[in-house]
Amino acid sequence: MLSLPIREVLKHLKEGKITARDLIELCLKRSEKVKELNIFVTETGELARQQADDSSNRLKSGNEIGPLEGIPIGFKDNFCSNGIRTSCGSRMLANFIPPYHATMIEKTLNNGGVLLGKTNMDEFAMGAGSVDSASGPVRNPWKYKFKSRRHKNNQSEDSKGHVTDKEDDDWLITGGSSGGSAAAVASGVCFGAFGSDTGGSTRIPASFCGVTGLKPSYGRLSRHGLIPLVNSMDVPGIIGKTTEDVATILNCVSGLDLKDSTTLPGSYQPVNLQESIDVKKLHIGIPKEYHAPDTTEDVITTWGQIADMLDNAGAKVSQVSLPYTQYSIKVYSVLCCCEVASNMARYDGIEFGYRGTNEQSTEEMFASSRHHGFNDVVRGRIMAGNYFLLKENYERYFIQAQKIRRLISEDFQKVFKSGVNMLVTPTTINPALPYRYFMEEDNQTRCSQLDVFTQPSNLAGIPALTLPVSLSTDQLPIGIQILAPHLHDDKVLLLGNWIEQQVNFPFLNLDCLDEGV
Amino acid sequence: MQPFDWIVRHCIRPISALDCQQFKSVVNHCMRSLQKSTEWESVIGLEIHAQILSDSKLFSGSGTKFAAPVNSQVSLFDCAIPGTLPVLNRRCVEAGVLTALALKCKINNVSKFDRKHYFYADLPTGYQITQQREPLAINGKVDFIVFDKKKSKLPYTKTVQLIQLQLEQDSGKSLHDDQGGKSLIDLNRAGVGLMEIVTAPDFTSGEEAAGFIKELHKILTMIETCDGKMAEGSLRVDANVSINRPGEELGTRTEVKNLNSIRAVARAIEYEIERQKEEMEKGNEIVKETRTFDTVTGETIVMRDKETVLDYRFMPEPNLPPVHVYSSQDLPDSIPSDRVVLIDKLKEQIPELLSEKRKRLQEQYNIPLVLTYNIVNDDEFLQFFEELAETGQAEPRIIAAFVSDFLLYFLKKLEINISDIKREYILDLCQLVEKRLITRETRNILFERMIIEDRKPSDMVQEDNLEIIQDVDELTELCIQVLDENPKFVRKYKNSLTKGKERAFKNLGYKMEELTGGRAIFGAWSGILKTLLEERIKD
Repeated sequence: MLSLPIREVLKHLKEGKITARDLIELCLKRSEKVKELNIFVTETGELARQQADDSSNRLKSGNEIGPLEGIPIGFKDNFCSNGIRTSCGSRMLANFIPPYHATMIEKTLNNGGVLLGKTNMDEFAMGAGSVDSASGPVRNPWKYKFKSRRHKNNQSEDSKGHVTDKEDDDWLITGGSSGGSAAAVASGVCFGAFGSDTGGSTRIPASFCGVTGLKPSYGRLSRHGLIPLVNSMDVPGIIGKTTEDVATILNCVSGLDLKDSTTLPGSYQPVNLQESIDVKKLHIGIPKEYHAPDTTEDVITTWGQIADMLDNAGAKVSQVSLPYTQYSIKVYSVLCCCEVASNMARYDGIEFGYRGTNEQSTEEMFASSRHHGFNDVVRGRIMAGNYFLLKENYERYFIQAQKIRRLISEDFQKVFKSGVNMLVTPTTINPALPYRYFMEEDNQTRCSQLDVFTQPSNLAGIPALTLPVSLSTDQLPIGIQILAPHLHDDKVLLLGNWIEQQVNFPFLNLDCLDEGV
Repeated sequence: MQPFDWIVRHCIRPISALDCQQFKSVVNHCMRSLQKSTEWESVIGLEIHAQILSDSKLFSGSGTKFAAPVNSQVSLFDCAIPGTLPVLNRRCVEAGVLTALALKCKINNVSKFDRKHYFYADLPTGYQITQQREPLAINGKVDFIVFDKKKSKLPYTKTVQLIQLQLEQDSGKSLHDDQGGKSLIDLNRAGVGLMEIVTAPDFTSGEEAAGFIKELHKILTMIETCDGKMAEGSLRVDANVSINRPGEELGTRTEVKNLNSIRAVARAIEYEIERQKEEMEKGNEIVKETRTFDTVTGETIVMRDKETVLDYRFMPEPNLPPVHVYSSQDLPDSIPSDRVVLIDKLKEQIPELLSEKRKRLQEQYNIPLVLTYNIVNDDEFLQFFEELAETGQAEPRIIAAFVSDFLLYFLKKLEINISDIKREYILDLCQLVEKRLITRETRNILFERMIIEDRKPSDMVQEDNLEIIQDVDELTELCIQVLDENPKFVRKYKNSLTKGKERAFKNLGYKMEELTGGRAIFGAWSGILKTLLEERIKD
């Protein structure tokens, strides 16, 4: 049941084969089994049961309120949830209980969705590994040796991988910063989850965990209630097992929100994956700059295979150039730090959040609250951002970065204007990395390595989808990324759906954990 | 020792008394011109924060009532709850555009918001959203009137250039309990929309600055974009003051903050100019600092020094798209007109401005500036004046003088409204004044009587014998009568020195007024009375 696509689960629910309440019990049981993964910061079991009961009643009486009726959904812990602690993976907000729902949560609930819990993440979404959380790192369910495991093989039938005994730090990272959300979907704890994506934070963990992740066009989904990292790049990200699951959720939560002035006006046309896409008419671009130096052999091979697949299907596939892309990480470092410095200014211990113990003066209190409330990654970015924004540096860093951001954005526009419909690239330079290895470098270094393929689309605001297409020689999922012009979210999903049908990816199946209980 | 005495004592050979007098005047002349070259010029620029008259805040839906219970008008956005976003209040943009138009500014079709960062307990986000780089409007101009008795007897008009008008958020308020060692914060005011208006350093005195604030206050309240309640902080003024020698560069300026009455603006600036002069003359430097004005002592006091200059780390506000304002003709077809702010539509809402009214009265009715000021300050007065002047039955200048100088007094004294005054009567009264048939005193008496007794002034003049007494013979007789009836004052006049003489003459004058019932002009009889008095004491 937990491995089914949303469409089929809905069918079961409607036909009464299972109640929403029973479904949520299954999810909660699975969550208990995979507790070691550290997926949730806050699991909202009781609330979820209540919502599921309401949903059961609606289903029984045929009064379903939306296409997510009874479906358990997880939310990254940076979406404000009314009455439910929202920590953002930080000590600073460890005691923060928002008095309102983020628009994404509200829309999900209004469409019948059940809020299962708040998922773990890098502190304030600053990270690419989901290892820098005040609640501890998130572990990748792939090749993870569960202590409670009774079965030898926890992979899907097609997978040949084996898990051997390891010490406790010998496991794979989920990627980040929305690691909890990606792990939740991959391990069958919930059928969909929201992440946020500022430089790849939804797509990287989706790719590492072998699930599908969408970074929608900027302005398509409301950011109201999403605790910001970089306002001009943040988008709520949607993680589902398949493109269809992602599209179902996207259709429920898209559109103008008066509470977010950057959402786009006009009515939203729902994505319909039943429409078939004529691959023969497509012109696919392969950006030559995406051959980053450290990209693993597996990833390059996979990329080539997908390009060939499209070519064989009759699409026009050609190499294109995005010359300014190489600067995007540097641009991002500057702009991200600047907005971080600004956005984090509100955490002063006065209105909410952690308050330091030194109350000798207001300034002392600010300093001690911020020193103890933030980890060193956050503090480092604040420091850098404030430096870039100084009057004497503003032109040199902030303005310069904005200029290059525009050039990067224009690169995409030019390519799309030249007749290219979509771009296909790898999502990350490598599959999921071992935790031990990942920790050998600092947060900043790891971000710039992992964000390299995902980051430019955030600067440009265009939609990007990652979907798992194959396994590496280490039997780890490899994701492929599809990019399209602004607001062509339906296109990336349609092409993603087509590829998905060709590759028949072996999704992780942890049903084995339920055996013998 | 006075410089003059010093020069006389040390430099001058003994000279004749006459020479000495001549010399004295020459030296005095030199001293005056010497003083002139050591005079100071003062330069003042103002920053005004006007709270926008709007039911809700600049970026949130919470209320803006003054003196509401503490922290009762605070939305999640106002207290910086994470994840909340600003939503621009259209009314505030319209008020800003309206004000900019009334202040003759150039409106920027696209303006943007910036974040200005500083840590302060009553600034919940750690930054203020303002318009630093691309404000709503620039380059304004305001004509205003200055009443500065020190500079000139008559009021004069002056024009100030405005540098920019920007929209921004107000901050909250901190209350410090020093004994309890606690600070309390009220966020009711946090996020209220402000218009910051920055002037060029065009003022030269406190009175000039006050004259401008008076005019601005009138404009804002007339177009209802600010309630102008200075005591409640709705309109706050910061003044930048510096002094310099003529022809030299501008001096270091100090900023006097939060002046909350028109008088405080004038007094604080005058004090600050004098203080700076004293410092400079003592050979001290002026320190760039922020000062506050103590309304009780009338002094400015150091608030915080600016030697460690704050870097506000300005950054564009990423959550607000640029603000577009359009003219109807430039509005793209794709944008519905009810969703945007249209400059021309707002322009229609702006009534005739005070300066325009004053100018029109001066030109159309040929009356002096000084008389126009009070008339244009009240729409009812203006309407009343124009209605009477339009009849052509009386000289506008006479009507204007009455409306400007006496109308308010009588309305209050008699507790009546303008509508209670019969137009026919008031015109009749003005004609009497114009033809010099009555004195001013009689005019005032007649005004009261025409209201109370409901009689036409010219009838009363005839029936009650109130014409002006101008006939010299008649006046002479009356003077003689006064002298005859008051031998005591005549005696006093005879026996006193200058001051006593003056007092005695004044008393005789009162008696004369009493006798004529104010029907004779002082100038017409004072000479006669004096001559008769002098003759009488010779005897």
